[in-house]
Amino acid sequence: MRELSLHILDVVENGIAAGGNCIWIEIDEAREKDHLKIVIRDNGRGMPVEKLENIDDPFITTRTTRRVGLGLSLLAAAAGRCEGTLRVDSKPGKGTEVEATFRYHHIDRAPLGDMAATVGTLIIGNPGTDFIYAHRIDGKDFFLDTREIRKEMNDRSLSDPVVIYHLTESIRSSLKDLASGESAS
Amino acid sequence: MAKLTIDDLKKIKEKTAKETSLREGAANIKITVHMGTCGIAAGARDVMSALMEEMAAADRQDIRVVASGCMGMCSSEPNVTVEVQDSEPIVYQLMDSNKMRQVFKRHVLLGEVQTDFALAKM
Repeated sequence: MRELSLHILDVVENGIAAGGNCIWIEIDEAREKDHLKIVIRDNGRGMPVEKLENIDDPFITTRTTRRVGLGLSLLAAAAGRCEGTLRVDSKPGKGTEVEATFRYHHIDRAPLGDMAATVGTLIIGNPGTDFIYAHRIDGKDFFLDTREIRKEMNDRSLSDPVVIYHLTESIRSSLKDLASGESAS
Repeated sequence: MAKLTIDDLKKIKEKTAKETSLREGAANIKITVHMGTCGIAAGARDVMSALMEEMAAADRQDIRVVASGCMGMCSSEPNVTVEVQDSEPIVYQLMDSNKMRQVFKRHVLLGEVQTDFALAKM
């Protein structure tokens, strides 16, 4: 995959497929420290211990329809090629947490890409799931919680493409402001 | 902290207030974008973004969009399934944002199945 945001979209879809109805996405870009961290946490059914031991092996998968599973192994490769790491914690019945770290300025690090499109796609495609998205760039934070939006507007509004379209644009411009060092609000 | 403020939300709400009040009828068209690892790697997110823009522009209350997993046809991803009530679901293959716009305008809005892009009818 060309962008890390696509890996994020993939891992989150897996979390939803595992029965999660609330997904936490945390991104920390510390450009001066040459460090990038991505954390994705779900409250799905979790994975058994024996699957966790070989998490970056594409021939290990919890699915039963076929014997390969590429999502986490591709993310492990993306992290590994830029001196990063992948850690997966999972408790059966509680959920799964995936943490990937990267050397920010490594020549082989894939760009983070269009996070606004990833979040917008997740919200429109999964109307029954809540998302908490925290994105920090050099110590400045962006924060979005769909549970707050649901409370503030009516419940149906998050399945309204017009709302999600404006929401996506607003995320995009906020992230742009964060990256350029201006305070967005 | 850059947070999506309540004011921002209110603004969005104002923009959409009149439409949401009309949004009562049940959905009778369902568009599924398949978003497994294979679909995402092949460009399903761009397809979904284009679809979201078209939906926002068309502003129809009876269309529902969902993301689903891989359906086992990874070589023809991105796949999109269009289900119009009372007719067979059509699976489109090798989609991109422009094909998605065409399928939305022609098939979803006008009912003309775009056989050139279709993989199968189910």
